[in-house]
Amino acid sequence: MPSPPGTAAQVETRNPEALVEVDHAVFGYEGSPRTILDDVSMDFGRGKITAILGGSGSGKTTLLRLIGGVHPLRSGSIRFDGEPVDRSDPARLFAMRRRLGMLFQFGALFTDLTVFENVAFPLREHTDFSESMIRDIVLMKLNAVGLRGAAPLRIAEISGGMARRVALARAMALDPELLLYDEPFTGLDPISMAVAANLIRTLNDTTGATSILVSHDVEECFRICDYAYLMSSKGKVLARGRPEQLVESQDPMVRQFIRGEPDGPVPFHYPAPPFAEELGVRA
Amino acid sequence: MGRKGVETLVGVFVLLGMLGLLFLALKAANLSNFGGGDTYTLTAYFDNIGGLKVRAPVRSAGVTVGRVASISLDAKRYQGAVRIEIDRAVQFPSDSSARILTSGLLGDQYIGIEPGGQEKNYAPGDEIKQTQSAVVLENLISQFLFSKAADAGTPSAPAASGTKK
Amino acid sequence: MTNFVTRLGAATLEVLRVLGHHAALFAALLRACGTAVKRPYLIVAQVHAIGNLSVLIIVASGMAVGFVLALQLYYTLVRYGATDSLGLIVNLSLTRELGPVIAALLFAGRAGTSLTAEIGLMKAGEQLAALDMMALDPVERILAPRFLGGIIAMPVLAILFSTVGILAAYVLAVLLIGVDAGNFWSIMHSGVDAWRDVGNGIVKSVVFGLICTFVALYQGYEAEPTPKGVSDATTRGVVVASLATLIMDFVLTAIMFSTPGG
Repeated sequence: MPSPPGTAAQVETRNPEALVEVDHAVFGYEGSPRTILDDVSMDFGRGKITAILGGSGSGKTTLLRLIGGVHPLRSGSIRFDGEPVDRSDPARLFAMRRRLGMLFQFGALFTDLTVFENVAFPLREHTDFSESMIRDIVLMKLNAVGLRGAAPLRIAEISGGMARRVALARAMALDPELLLYDEPFTGLDPISMAVAANLIRTLNDTTGATSILVSHDVEECFRICDYAYLMSSKGKVLARGRPEQLVESQDPMVRQFIRGEPDGPVPFHYPAPPFAEELGVRA
Repeated sequence: MGRKGVETLVGVFVLLGMLGLLFLALKAANLSNFGGGDTYTLTAYFDNIGGLKVRAPVRSAGVTVGRVASISLDAKRYQGAVRIEIDRAVQFPSDSSARILTSGLLGDQYIGIEPGGQEKNYAPGDEIKQTQSAVVLENLISQFLFSKAADAGTPSAPAASGTKK
Repeated sequence: MTNFVTRLGAATLEVLRVLGHHAALFAALLRACGTAVKRPYLIVAQVHAIGNLSVLIIVASGMAVGFVLALQLYYTLVRYGATDSLGLIVNLSLTRELGPVIAALLFAGRAGTSLTAEIGLMKAGEQLAALDMMALDPVERILAPRFLGGIIAMPVLAILFSTVGILAAYVLAVLLIGVDAGNFWSIMHSGVDAWRDVGNGIVKSVVFGLICTFVALYQGYEAEPTPKGVSDATTRGVVVASLATLIMDFVLTAIMFSTPGG
């Protein structure tokens, strides 16, 4: 597909600058004829925050799960730190997943545990640390997201914004190299949104981790990300580039999404026969 | 609810279950009748064991003293070989007999032991020589019919077969 | 015509596929049980959630069934002067059949629906996906402890049901109506075989526990992660579990009690 003017040329082969490489990935659920991702190629630079933008149903969240190795690809490959993400090697997959943390859209906290225990969970599972060490780490992570005081609360007692922050603390618990954020801004009030954006940027910079952000909130994403991909509803990459490059893009579909225009290449009207005809009026 | 609390409650739950089980097994069923203490085995051969089942009681003077351990067909003698286990505390003279009786009119069948008069007792593994088989209903009926026929005199056969069951 | 045959064929294949899917999850569960026992507290917590919290409905129903059985049997037996056998018949009815079966049906209704809803909601809230991404197996962490908890809790509940039922029948028959207490217990005592009747009843309840728990877990795990999906899965789970229990009861009864033992 033609690259829009003003975007960086993409390297399709092994890129040592990238922690995660997606190479001509094609994906659809087993047994379903629909193709969710159609020849998608992306690189995610080490230590950078890369955003994946797009409308609903463009396959953004699915891409995150594929990077996490949840489903097998139909064709193409995904590499994490040079190694292919391979579901058929459970030991390798396990080791890879220890190095990443994922923040789900609504937190996906374990409802039968307290805030403290949720954050402690990955530590208890994947490390041999003593209880006192785990306690210190958990409090540190909660402190980083500003919720140290909420440690003893049960999940039912905290608000949605707080739940996202606890989920972030949990995703950070093992100090992962890769952080995956699934719609971190959706449904938050302006203050919580600012807090979340701030946290994502700060954590990324202080730990040197690589972050992949999936969202449809262009404004908030562009404030904090270093690079962005825009996906179309057909599962293809529409545009790529740094935020300032995408804002200047002349491609009508890109412009419509970035500026939030109600009508354009993505039409307002669902396909229908002419209105006059339906009303029975001669035009 | 703390961890200790949950574990305690589950312990109570399981305990209630075990108590219930004990109740059902002992008070409401016949387990305690024969807890399987020390027993010795005797064998008895019957022409017809009728409805006798394994684990049927062995009684003497109406008191349960043992259980039927196994029932099989002795291929040489063509008789039912019944092995019974009797409480070691109860000894029988070596000429005691075994009969297959029915508890009540239509009840389960059991083995009744009538003590003999010998001084020596059965040793473990001995065979009870005197046995009486179970009463088979068909034999009883045909016996009855034949005796009726004998009473009635010569025109017996048609009368016996025609009318009654 | 061909359309009908095609649809019939497709439906049959779908049934087979669902059956195979069930078998696959069952196999995964069995494998996961091996590692799940390394975390006994999880299993204990589930026995509490499934068993302890069902005790009230089991005991209440047991009492009610015991009363009703005693009453109904009395009305019939008194005509033949056979009220002495009341205890025996109540006991056999409960330990052989009603205890395991009714306890299983109540279990499917109370504990089963709670399991399905819980797991369905976990799935909808992406908690299962979160476990997966943390490189933990949700079957081992979430499903297996519940499975084992159900298998442990079910026989206990069935025993409680039968026990309470017999005691309730005693209260009604002996204390209220005036049936002879001695005969009530002694005829029951000699007529009920601990291994055959009580034992088989327990075997039945273990099998039912396995069926009801597994069906509830499967429905929750495979539910559509939407509110409607979870609610559909819950009702479907009760129906399937109840039917499976009753059919299995017939099979087990035929195997266990086919030779008349009295």
